Amino acid sequence: MNEVQKKTNKRRTKDLSFWERIYIPEIIKGLSLTLRSMFRPKFTMEYPEVKFEPPGSYRGRPVLVQEESGVERCVACGLCSRVCPALAIEVQAAETELEKERYPEKFEINMIRCIFCGFCEDVCPEEAIVMSKDYELAFFKREEALFGKDKLLVPASELQDRIKFLRQYK
Amino acid sequence: MTILEIVAFTLIKIVIILSLMLLTVSYLVYFERRVSAWIQNRLGPNRVGWQGVLQPFADVFKLLLKEDIVPEKANKKLHALAPMIALFVAFSTYAVIPFGPELQIFNYNIPLVVADVNVGILFVLALTSLGVYAITFAGWSSGSKYSLLGGIRSAAQMISYEISMGFSIGGVLLFAESLRPIAIVESQSGWMWNAIVQPIGFITFLVSAFAETNRLPFDLPEAEPELVGGFHTEYSSMKFAGFFLAEYANMIVAAGLIVTLYLGGWQIPYIDKLGLPALVETLLQVGAFIFKLIALLFFFLWIRWSLPRFRYDQLMNIGWKVMFPLSLLNIVWVAILIMIFN
Repeated sequence: MNEVQKKTNKRRTKDLSFWERIYIPEIIKGLSLTLRSMFRPKFTMEYPEVKFEPPGSYRGRPVLVQEESGVERCVACGLCSRVCPALAIEVQAAETELEKERYPEKFEINMIRCIFCGFCEDVCPEEAIVMSKDYELAFFKREEALFGKDKLLVPASELQDRIKFLRQYK
Repeated sequence: MTILEIVAFTLIKIVIILSLMLLTVSYLVYFERRVSAWIQNRLGPNRVGWQGVLQPFADVFKLLLKEDIVPEKANKKLHALAPMIALFVAFSTYAVIPFGPELQIFNYNIPLVVADVNVGILFVLALTSLGVYAITFAGWSSGSKYSLLGGIRSAAQMISYEISMGFSIGGVLLFAESLRPIAIVESQSGWMWNAIVQPIGFITFLVSAFAETNRLPFDLPEAEPELVGGFHTEYSSMKFAGFFLAEYANMIVAAGLIVTLYLGGWQIPYIDKLGLPALVETLLQVGAFIFKLIALLFFFLWIRWSLPRFRYDQLMNIGWKVMFPLSLLNIVWVAILIMIFN
């Protein structure tokens, strides 16, 4: 018994029993556990062949929602570019004959700067910029990382998971 | 046999053993990575070649291409000498471990051991003690505090565990009445394996072997989280690879030694009663030795990925207060057995 036990005159529950102090049965227990886990199914995904399908809550590359008519939802208010902590978004507004009256003439996200925080999506009043499931972002040149409207526009039908998630939790 | 023939056969054996050792060492590294992955429900390296079997060659190629950095404050000569000592010790110890009985082929009787030394066990003990120098030199000559701590720990650990190791071997020697490895193997005929006759000695030797090879749970000289690699912190490129190879070669030597001393060496119990042709029997026995060796190596890896590292004071406690008295007890036990049955 050690000092604490002498004072309190109690056996603590964490004190080891004789068989635990012998140590070898405990080692055998541990070894049998690791041996069993050798035959369990593996968690590894073999990436280029098998790809991870993220759930709706996943924040991948930010994209602009494209309506079925082929027009973007964005009204070029510039809130996303204002809130962006990494200064990655650049918006230039222009007028249009459509009901929404304004549209982004130029919308550019610098994917080297983007930190995938999702503030742009949070702040957007039109649900026009959302985070997609796309996580495969690698570039050979800096210029390739500047995503213009051609790369940013994604049909709304492909973004339903994220939009549903936003409507439920945002 | 003439002198020339003996020299020729010995050279052939050396070449075979050395190349097999190097191959086994590199595949042991691969095997360790796979086993660790399986234990942690991962897959491990499986990209280079079929199921990753070419991974060791890729690793060695990478290490060869790395820049060799020597710290400015290092003692250059000792710094370069340390990995050489480590490799020399690891590979030369294997010379006395027999991997099969006498091979009878083309009217020659070839003993399947590189050097049939009649003080073989002493030779092994002497060389493994030299291994301490490699790590201590590496730690001291690097001129870095973490390396020095690793080197000191290693010296203390290896010296303390060598004692219980030597005493556990004492029990085996009492039975065999010889220091010659082949005689020790032959003394364990049938099921008279030393692991069964003297289980306490087997366990103390096994634990000391883990400590001597610096494997988890006794890898305090390396201790990645506290000492950032310990004695080999300041090593890079092929010098680092030297230590790496030596560690795994030491494992093979330790496993070979355990098989020889405690698991009946190359023997398969009662195989002589089957009446097989001599050559087939010999080959089967060599196979049995390799099987036992691989099983033990797997055990080494298995332990590493199951148990956490000991604290330094716990290590010393176990070494001096548990292992040492237990190995003495084992000698008494063996002496009593011999008194009763002789």
